[in-house]
Amino acid sequence: MSAAHAAGVVGASAVQVIAVAAGGLVLLGFMRKVRARLEGRVGAPILQSLRDVRKLFRKERIRPDVATWIFPAAPVVLVATVAVAAVMTPLITTQPAMSGGSDLFVVVYLLLAGSTLLALAGMDAGTAFGGMGSSRAVMIGALAEPALLVTILALSVTTHSSNFPAIVRATLANPGLIASPARLFAVAALLIVIVAESGRLPVDNPSTHLELTMIHEAMILEYAGPDLAMVTLGEAMRLALLLGIFVNLVLPWGVATSTTALGLVVGLGALVAKIAVLGGALAFFEVFMAKLRLFRLPELMAGAFVMALLGVVSGLVVK
Amino acid sequence: MTAGSLVVIGAALGAGAGIAGAAMPKRSRAAAAAVLIWAACALEATTAVRVLATGHDVALHTGKLLPFTGINLVLTPLGALFVLLVALVAVPATLFGIGYARHAMDSRSAASAYPVFVTVMLLVPAAASVATFMVLWELMALVSLALVLVDHSRRAAARSAGTWYAVLTHVGAAAILTAFLILAAHSHGQTFSDLELHARAMAPDLRALVFLLALVGFGSKAGAVPFHVWLPKAHAEAPSPVSALMSGAMVALGIYGVVLVGDVLLGGGPMWWWLVVLVLGAASALYGSLHAANNQDLKRLLAYSTTDNIGLVLLALGASGVFNAIGHPRLGALSLVAALVILLNHALFKGALFLTTGSVQVAAGTRDLDDLGGLLRRMPQTGALFLVAAASICALPPLNGFVGEWLLFQSLLHGAHLGNTAGDIAIPIAVAALALTAGLTVAAFVKAAGIGFLGRPRSTGAEAATEVPATMRAGAGLLVASCVVAGVVPMVVVSSVGRAVRAVLPHTGARSLVRGVNLQLVGMKGALAPTILALAMTVAVVAAVALRRVASRRPASRVSEAWGCGRELVTARMQYTATSFAEPVQRVFDDVLRPVRDLDVSHVAESRYMVESATYRLTVEDRVELTLYLPVIRAVRRWGQAARRLQPGSVHRYLIYGLTALVVTLVAVAVLA
Repeated sequence: MSAAHAAGVVGASAVQVIAVAAGGLVLLGFMRKVRARLEGRVGAPILQSLRDVRKLFRKERIRPDVATWIFPAAPVVLVATVAVAAVMTPLITTQPAMSGGSDLFVVVYLLLAGSTLLALAGMDAGTAFGGMGSSRAVMIGALAEPALLVTILALSVTTHSSNFPAIVRATLANPGLIASPARLFAVAALLIVIVAESGRLPVDNPSTHLELTMIHEAMILEYAGPDLAMVTLGEAMRLALLLGIFVNLVLPWGVATSTTALGLVVGLGALVAKIAVLGGALAFFEVFMAKLRLFRLPELMAGAFVMALLGVVSGLVVK
Repeated sequence: MTAGSLVVIGAALGAGAGIAGAAMPKRSRAAAAAVLIWAACALEATTAVRVLATGHDVALHTGKLLPFTGINLVLTPLGALFVLLVALVAVPATLFGIGYARHAMDSRSAASAYPVFVTVMLLVPAAASVATFMVLWELMALVSLALVLVDHSRRAAARSAGTWYAVLTHVGAAAILTAFLILAAHSHGQTFSDLELHARAMAPDLRALVFLLALVGFGSKAGAVPFHVWLPKAHAEAPSPVSALMSGAMVALGIYGVVLVGDVLLGGGPMWWWLVVLVLGAASALYGSLHAANNQDLKRLLAYSTTDNIGLVLLALGASGVFNAIGHPRLGALSLVAALVILLNHALFKGALFLTTGSVQVAAGTRDLDDLGGLLRRMPQTGALFLVAAASICALPPLNGFVGEWLLFQSLLHGAHLGNTAGDIAIPIAVAALALTAGLTVAAFVKAAGIGFLGRPRSTGAEAATEVPATMRAGAGLLVASCVVAGVVPMVVVSSVGRAVRAVLPHTGARSLVRGVNLQLVGMKGALAPTILALAMTVAVVAAVALRRVASRRPASRVSEAWGCGRELVTARMQYTATSFAEPVQRVFDDVLRPVRDLDVSHVAESRYMVESATYRLTVEDRVELTLYLPVIRAVRRWGQAARRLQPGSVHRYLIYGLTALVVTLVAVAVLA
């Protein structure tokens, strides 16, 4: 590997992390704006989420009296694990840093590490809501996990590898894969799982503070100031990353196969456009959707799981 | 000095430790025995490392110790791997035991049985003949039974656990012995090399019978469903260092037995054998993880999670056999590597979890999660160790649990398109089982760590808990450190396992399966790069901390009371308990778990509409125990009652029995002659 190439790889990954971090917050604002307009409101400016985070960073740090080091550590680990996942995911180029070890399985477990620590932090303050949120988040995570891993299997079966850049490269080389039944089923399952993992409707309502229904907000109720800013940032990054993974599996066009400056710019533009369309679509459908009852969620997850399984089976049958 | 004599000296040192445990005064008993145990472990482990490095067996035969058959010991690379596994758990557990002995396990019998237990486990993987193996196997069962019963005078539960364990382990031993006897009957000897030589020529039905008997026998030791019922009882009642050894090492020897009989002695078999193993593994993994997520007794939770992990190992083992049977030896070898890596990793983190739980029990006086809480503030080091070990068992990167699951997933993924119908159906189901297990394990251990160590203490015992002695922390710390090392630099583990697997399956066609620090799969697309991943995570964490510090204007943090919904005082009773934490999962799996719910409401005398008190009880019983074992126990009890009628205590009746027996015998002899 030449020095120029190495610099390109590192630069590409840096762009990916920054795109996910800044883009995630803008994406949140954009989705809120779309929703507001559809509901007939003006809505807050798109950049409001960025301003909110900046405001939170300036506030005082407050720690609950019984909290331990888990409490301040969880937001840090959340942001860090999503950032590492963003480094190795082929978002704007199929040659990100650490691409040799960029396995879909690794990406999933990196995200799991962040959410697990956040679930622990929910119980750290010793309040009722934290435990409630953690307990529900962990249940949804446990049910989403099988669907997610079988989806990965379905995606990998056609390319004989779970290496993420290899999957994207294979799709670019052979666009017919996108329309293969295995990929279609897998992508449908992935969409449900992504909605669940990022806590959007109908699994969780990100804009509610209603005690009996909230999941994620209950878990992070005790966070304030810079720690809350980190949690918000981490969650926004996670949403952008998950949507980015999704769009690059469905429509990989635009992803650079090199690390040249031009390729990166095109890749970045394509990624932003694709995520904006998908995010807008999600926000559009959220307007017409109510949150599902907590104990109806297993049915949703079972549906995703069955679709993923169908994806694997059809991938094996339809060659 | 030859390698063989190292083994003998090691065994002698272990026996010496047993004597020291019995003979030394109470204060120095544990420490004196510990030094000798460490020496024994060091000698056996040295031999094991040498065997793994050179690939040459170390053999030892003596005709004197055991009448008729003599003792045959041959340390193969596979056996050497298990010797190392036992030593890896035994050394820290013994260190932990020095501090633990001040609180429990201080009796003479416990102090002398414990070293013998360790020594026998170090020798079982070296046994190379039926007689030697069965003697050592039974010795291991009996000594561990004695250790389970250490507290029998104080706790009725220990007595019950002992009975369950004794019965199940001996049913298992009977099955193993039968399997070996069938093999030996078709060979001209009883050493394993004789058995191996003649087993391939046996009739297929007979080979299948041997395999299934061995699977039942070794499966009952390994704690696979439905033979797992002794685990939550015995692991919970045994002293913690013993629980760590039983769950980390002894259970692993059950897997050793399956590999020994299935892969080595029988040399693989038809696909359906291994599909049975795979299904057994998937069932164990799911059942174990589901019960772990729903158990509130920390040690029972860990025991169920052992069933869960053993299930994953069996799943990998089954996949390995399936791949071998349909002609993909390299994939078969990779799955076997995954199985053994998971087993080794399990020994490390489960050992650490049992030891830290022992510390909790000593410090807080209880291991019921519903009575714990806030221990991370009171026992910062023990708590941190528990958290890291829990993260490891949840397979979070960059810890060792993750490496095992990645290897298993890779082997299943590459086996998913072999064009064999049964395999194509089995693989997605195996992946689904792996994934659901992973999710439930996270639920179980977030509950264990969050309820047990975070929040406010839920009892006076937890409130008053203080940090345990240094030896106990160091013992658990050694295991946790190995978890980190085996996760960040997994090549040290994977290469040793690879050597053992090459000796078991010599026809893989490749010199190595997994190459380099990146764990690059050879001949398949896939790599992990665990060291770089760990490095990247460290850098990212440092960067995130820096971001928070730079971005915030006021970095110092103020301590404030948590929000109590407008009330001024937040009490421990307002927190979620372990039961309430597990409730959503339990409700989702209601049909499988069938929990027993009791609601007692007593009314005020004047009116039925006014409630005086309400008691709600929820117990999740083991359905396998209720539906499979209790009917058998009831039937045995009924037969016992019926048999009592034969023995009314009347001498006349006994004389009639004697006379009848004599007449029947004479008639029978006359007729036959």
